[in-house]
Amino acid sequence: MTRERHYIPESRQREKPKSKYFAIGHSMKRVEDTRLLTGSGTYADDVSLPNMAHAAVLRSPHAHARIVSIDKSKAEALPGVLCVMTGAEAAEVTGPCADFSSPPTTQHCIAVDKVRHVGETVAAVVAESRYIAEDACELIEVEYDPLPAVVDLEEAVTSTGDAVLHPERGDTNVAHHRVIDFGTVDEDFAQADLVIERRLRWPRSGGTPIETVGATAHYDRGTGKFTIHANTSMYNYVGWLIAVSLKVEPHRLNIVPTDAGGSFGSKLFCHKVCTLAGTLARAAGRPVKYLEDRIDNMTSGDAHGSDRVYDAKLALKRDGTMLSMRLKVIDDYGAYFQYGVGQHGNAMAQVTGPYKINSVQVDLTAVFTNKCQQGAYRGFGSEVGNFVIERLVDAACEELDIDPIEMRRQNLIEQDQFPYIMPTGNMYDSGNYQAVLDEALGMIDYDGWRQKQAEAREEGRYIGIGISTCQERSVFSATEFWMWNPNETPGFTLSSSPESVSVNIDPTGKAFITLNAPFWGNSPETMAVQVLAEKLEMDPSDISVGYADSDKGFNSSGPGGSRFTVMIAGAVSGAADVIKEKMLRVASHMLEADPSDLEFRNGSIGVQGVPGKEKTLAEVALHAHYFRLDLPEDHDLTSGIDAAYVYDHPVTTMPSEDRTDLGIFYPIVGHMCHIPVVEVDVETGKVDFLDYVAVHDCGTMVNPMTLAGHVRGGTVNGIGSALYEHFHYDENGQLQNALLSDYLHPTPMETPVDIRVGHVETPSPFTEYGIKGGGEGGRMGAPPAIAAAVEDALKPLGVKVDSLPLTPKVLRGMIREAEANGG
Amino acid sequence: MAGVSVTFTVNGREVTATVDPRTLLVHFLREHLKLTGTHIGCDTSQCGACTVHLDGRPAKSCALLAVQLEGAEVTTIEGVAGPDGMHPMQAAFKEHHGLQCGFCTPGMVMMGIDIANRHEAPDEATIRRELEGNLCRCTGYHNIVASIAAGASSMRG
Ligand code: FES
Ligand code: FES
Repeated sequence: MTRERHYIPESRQREKPKSKYFAIGHSMKRVEDTRLLTGSGTYADDVSLPNMAHAAVLRSPHAHARIVSIDKSKAEALPGVLCVMTGAEAAEVTGPCADFSSPPTTQHCIAVDKVRHVGETVAAVVAESRYIAEDACELIEVEYDPLPAVVDLEEAVTSTGDAVLHPERGDTNVAHHRVIDFGTVDEDFAQADLVIERRLRWPRSGGTPIETVGATAHYDRGTGKFTIHANTSMYNYVGWLIAVSLKVEPHRLNIVPTDAGGSFGSKLFCHKVCTLAGTLARAAGRPVKYLEDRIDNMTSGDAHGSDRVYDAKLALKRDGTMLSMRLKVIDDYGAYFQYGVGQHGNAMAQVTGPYKINSVQVDLTAVFTNKCQQGAYRGFGSEVGNFVIERLVDAACEELDIDPIEMRRQNLIEQDQFPYIMPTGNMYDSGNYQAVLDEALGMIDYDGWRQKQAEAREEGRYIGIGISTCQERSVFSATEFWMWNPNETPGFTLSSSPESVSVNIDPTGKAFITLNAPFWGNSPETMAVQVLAEKLEMDPSDISVGYADSDKGFNSSGPGGSRFTVMIAGAVSGAADVIKEKMLRVASHMLEADPSDLEFRNGSIGVQGVPGKEKTLAEVALHAHYFRLDLPEDHDLTSGIDAAYVYDHPVTTMPSEDRTDLGIFYPIVGHMCHIPVVEVDVETGKVDFLDYVAVHDCGTMVNPMTLAGHVRGGTVNGIGSALYEHFHYDENGQLQNALLSDYLHPTPMETPVDIRVGHVETPSPFTEYGIKGGGEGGRMGAPPAIAAAVEDALKPLGVKVDSLPLTPKVLRGMIREAEANGG
Repeated sequence: MAGVSVTFTVNGREVTATVDPRTLLVHFLREHLKLTGTHIGCDTSQCGACTVHLDGRPAKSCALLAVQLEGAEVTTIEGVAGPDGMHPMQAAFKEHHGLQCGFCTPGMVMMGIDIANRHEAPDEATIRRELEGNLCRCTGYHNIVASIAAGASSMRG
């Protein structure tokens, strides 16, 4: 359907924000906690099926090599081994893994003919125990013919011959290249008084949850049906693609979600592990569990984050007015391309940040290298955009000698400009950016810290204050995955990204909500309970929640892109409306009153203005379930009370043909201001936090306690990305830090004593109750703020921060260099 | 491989089993006894998700062999609560939102109880130092530290 450019669909919001809520906005204790605290959660490794066998995989020691031969005879002869499978054998029964890139990129659950990164699965063993399976892996003999390893992202652009990873996609390692001008870039640059240029490097890190990915698969030969228990998501959205890989019809695969021990994006789909477990279970004739060990997860978990170099330009007027940007970016996708350049679709949602920037040019190159492929990590590419623009803004402040706060105040989008269409065509629904900035400045005592900083400098101490004012887009729409694709091969241009729930009221008047997406480590049960309690004015302890498998579930995209709370609220609210209507009809007969005269009040339905004339929800429910003949003959007034509701994305439009307008795809946009105060020990390069304030505006808050939990957790992920974490590949493509002993998560010792969280609430005009998503914000705001704080601390030495992470070693190197240059 | 017999106490109950001598305690607990509340996060004794109490002191069960435990007393997350459901440390984690995904949580609770046993009124710095062997990827630790401080104070009554 063609629409006029920048068309904004009408809001479908049915529940307006309120000044007083029954259940929303309360810091209710979490529904999920008791089972998780008592050790009763069911994570991927907790699944146990009768007669279950265990799998382990043999990992490639080479970054890039042809597989010449595999001798598995010794492994097969080991007592307790049930089957050993090579890639060639697996490929006879199982097709390639699901893949969303276009043109497609072929990846198998066990490598066929070639390995493309260290850690890639070369063979798999099923045995009576994991111990035996791992012993057997050591007995498999593989002959490799090494190929040139491609490790550097810029060198990858010019690779030829044997260094090309996927010759079937063309004779280059450039997986994707496209340049798009959004708006009048040339004109805006022509008007500029100056152009700030920085070369910025964002390092490869990853979600690396404490729980790895696992699947337990069963193949029933009688029915030809697979059942796979896994800590996956999107199984009710695109899970059927795993059936396609396994070469069965989708209804012959049931995916049962387990609890996930953290994801941060990394468990978005986990299709490779599901496909492998299914393949092995069918071959072994037994249920099979495969759980990644830590090295599997780090080297082959398909969930590394963005790895980019930017040549970035910001055009400004001398008075500080920002005009336009030019971004030339190369992104190292690793060996495969599962989501195409979805991460750059994502980044386009807020590429110009919270500023009144008129236009932007993006020149995007994605390359293949011999590394684990990218997946999703908290921010899905937008966190890098925030780092880039905030570094440019800080550089402009330096150049123009404008205070970083004044610069932001001057350029932030104003409150009366919403809904705001930014240059790529995405919409920012609402906001009050100045209020967020004010709140953060008030909380940190900015002037006080500047004073202390000056005093400390006198004493030879290096204290720095950084600030970031960033967007946190929420509620993705599926168009982000394909909008960058070449016009000749647009891919599967889907536009649905719904979330669904069903709600049953039992005969005693209590409620059960079924979610169609998994527990991913956040608080979906608590969110669903609070929204339903709000709608039905019901005691939250009378509501419980479960999760549908793919046999019973219906279309639901699941968590990701900070969408789950908004989308569950929409779905629960929609289902509750159906329930309410039915309960009102039943109650109206019981109370002999018109439904329009009735109201829900504190666990009952009563006649408005007539206290005491009411029936409890339990009485109404019992009546609805068992006394059909007491009710009128309407055919649609069936026994029982239940509803299923599919809530589509609240507001999204298609991109234009030429992609200079990407349409509205990430419109529920929050905002944040992070202000860390750090002290850098110039002798050791260690960065300590003296204070940290994070103010977020995520619209109406469903639960301030859990939202603050997300802000703090995300901020610490951001501290990891800024200061410690980096998947380090050497020049041969060996991952040097594949264990938690050397891939350094922040520990309690590296994190601020208190991340002080503040909130501003600007409700969205497009979502139920005005809720916005807040799941990724912390990691999207912390890295630029910390980079700025470190740079500010080291200002006397003239150190510039253009790349992360700022490990002690890196910082020491920068300080040494600055000192040598007489800084 | 010849099995080795071992007898020890788990959550107050005596267990005798014949195990492959290389069986890790964490696998013994999870697979033989089906006590799946003790988790595995790293395989290399960094994360602390597998923390249990061994003769009253915290221990990483991924770094012990089951056969080392002859005569020992082991307590897991499943064994800390009284019959009424939750140990005060577990209750404190719920009250202070000390968990999100819950995967590190059993280890954190076991560590928290131990910290409370060894320190009169552990302050923030003490708790952070004591947690150096436990990783959490979700919470940023802030609420875990608060939970342990509160749990310690309610354990003292
Ligand atoms: S599994 Fe034992 S410390 Fe990580
Ligand atoms: S709560 Fe998820 S790792 Fe700690």
